Amino acid sequence: MKVEQISIFIENKSGRLAEVTRVLGEAGVNIRALSLADTSDFGILRLIVNKTDEAKAVLKSKGFTVNKTDVVAVEVPDRPLGLNSILEILDQGKVNVEYMYAFVERCGENAVIIFRFDNTDEAIQVLTQGGITILKGERIYNM
Amino acid sequence: MSRNDHMQHTAPGERIWDPTNECMPRQELEMLQLFRLKQTVRRVWENVPCYQAKFRELGLVPEDIRTLADLARLPFTTKEDLRLNYPYGMFAVPLREVVRIHSSSGTTGKPTVVGYSRQDLDNWSELAARFMTAAGVTEDDIVHIAFGYGLFTGAFGLHYGAERIGASVIPMSSGNTDKQLMIMQDYRSSALVCTPSYALTMAERMDKLGIDRSQLSLRVGLFGAEPWSEEMRREIENRLGVIATDNYGLSEVMGPGVAGECQQRCGMHIFEDHFLPEIIDPDSGEVLPPGSVGELVLTSLTKEAFPVIRYRTRDITSLDYAPCACGRTLARMRKTMGRSDDMLIIKGVNVFPTQIEEVLFQVEGCEPHYQLVIDRVGNVDTLEVQVEVRESIFFDEMKKQRAFVEMLEKRLLSTLGVGAKVKLVEPTTITRHEGKAKRVLDKRRL
Ligand SMILES: [Zn+2]
Repeated sequence: MKVEQISIFIENKSGRLAEVTRVLGEAGVNIRALSLADTSDFGILRLIVNKTDEAKAVLKSKGFTVNKTDVVAVEVPDRPLGLNSILEILDQGKVNVEYMYAFVERCGENAVIIFRFDNTDEAIQVLTQGGITILKGERIYNM
Repeated sequence: MSRNDHMQHTAPGERIWDPTNECMPRQELEMLQLFRLKQTVRRVWENVPCYQAKFRELGLVPEDIRTLADLARLPFTTKEDLRLNYPYGMFAVPLREVVRIHSSSGTTGKPTVVGYSRQDLDNWSELAARFMTAAGVTEDDIVHIAFGYGLFTGAFGLHYGAERIGASVIPMSSGNTDKQLMIMQDYRSSALVCTPSYALTMAERMDKLGIDRSQLSLRVGLFGAEPWSEEMRREIENRLGVIATDNYGLSEVMGPGVAGECQQRCGMHIFEDHFLPEIIDPDSGEVLPPGSVGELVLTSLTKEAFPVIRYRTRDITSLDYAPCACGRTLARMRKTMGRSDDMLIIKGVNVFPTQIEEVLFQVEGCEPHYQLVIDRVGNVDTLEVQVEVRESIFFDEMKKQRAFVEMLEKRLLSTLGVGAKVKLVEPTTITRHEGKAKRVLDKRRL
């Protein structure tokens, strides 16, 4: 039910983001989803890739600081208020969302939302009880 | 004299190697100091051309020294003086009377050379026995010395001290951590002598090899030869299961055995019957009143081969003359706060890189990689602390990462008394020279 995500510390200077994608590309790692949170000094890059452990190892070997975290992926039907219904369920279940980002599936019309919760297990329970389908990790990695 | 009439117990758990000299009333001590100071001044005046020249320049003769207060009239000796007189120019006895030569690591250029007469070596053993006894070493201990033997004074000083006490000495020397650990387990080493950073290296290796501290017989650790913080002390104590004690010395003055901690752990007792301490303002050279923080200056009182007058140690500390609960009357010096060469003045506040290191150590739980960048914007000094981000302080949530930076800035402000901006940088951003990171980048001087 959980999806593995890696986060990478990058300094806010030109070329660092490109360096990450270059290193991963050379290692044959494909990026499935990407989100960047940044300040004027530094950024936190979060990635979901097809080969998590390999990506982590190769980035560490190039001197990057990398952590692995669990996130939750949810498919949102492409209709008005699709996302809103999910957020309402989370709100009623008193689940805290630390951050979220979205991407659109390559073939389909559906969007995938990645959630980072402070309590992942509890969040999964609330979503499942609310009738929301949670995507398996493999589905995302092999998209 | 046998060891038993030598030793005396005072405060509970406190053993004093030489109570006659370590617990002398201050008045008697000062008489002894003055007598020995006059002797030393006469010795350098008669035998060391560098001091003759310095005295003449000030219009001084040995007879001008009548009270201890006259010490302030004497010239300073600096590392540069020792360098200019390389190798034997500062010796006060002919080489025929020198039985040992050591040298200190010079960070630049030639090292400085120091010599010991037979009497000097005997005094050194005696003083090392004093601080090792104060640290808790007894004749029942097995003392594992993991300082490098060689030109460096550390290993020999503690070796002699331990032998003088009657402990069993393992002259292990430095390096080969796995072998050190094997010997420590098999020979049941009970006292460890090394640098504090090497103690932590050993602890890390123990974790990797799966050696628990209960498999060691270590009881006490005597660490020195580099500055270390109270946080490091606690970490060493937890991981190795020892009481970690601090001692002080420098090869230009003698080596380890200038000062050492007692069981009260409230500063290191300076062996004032052999070394006369002063605290000065490192910029003006003015003597500061008791209790002030400044540079430690030492005058040797008994050394024959290599006496020094008002040697500028560059170490920043303060002295406490209040009586100690252990029974010793000797002044206590605080753990050194840093080197006067390293002292930075930011917005008029004295800041030492070691203070910043201590804060980072607390937060990260391990040796931090950092660099200080000082600049002047308009007329205002700025301090930026660049910290390499490692996994333990890296969060995937921006909120937590920013909170971490704010917490660090708050702690730095309360420790330093001056604000610092924390900038997180990628690992290996900070340039290293031969493994040593360049800690300070002062752009104000460019
Ligand atoms: Zn004491």
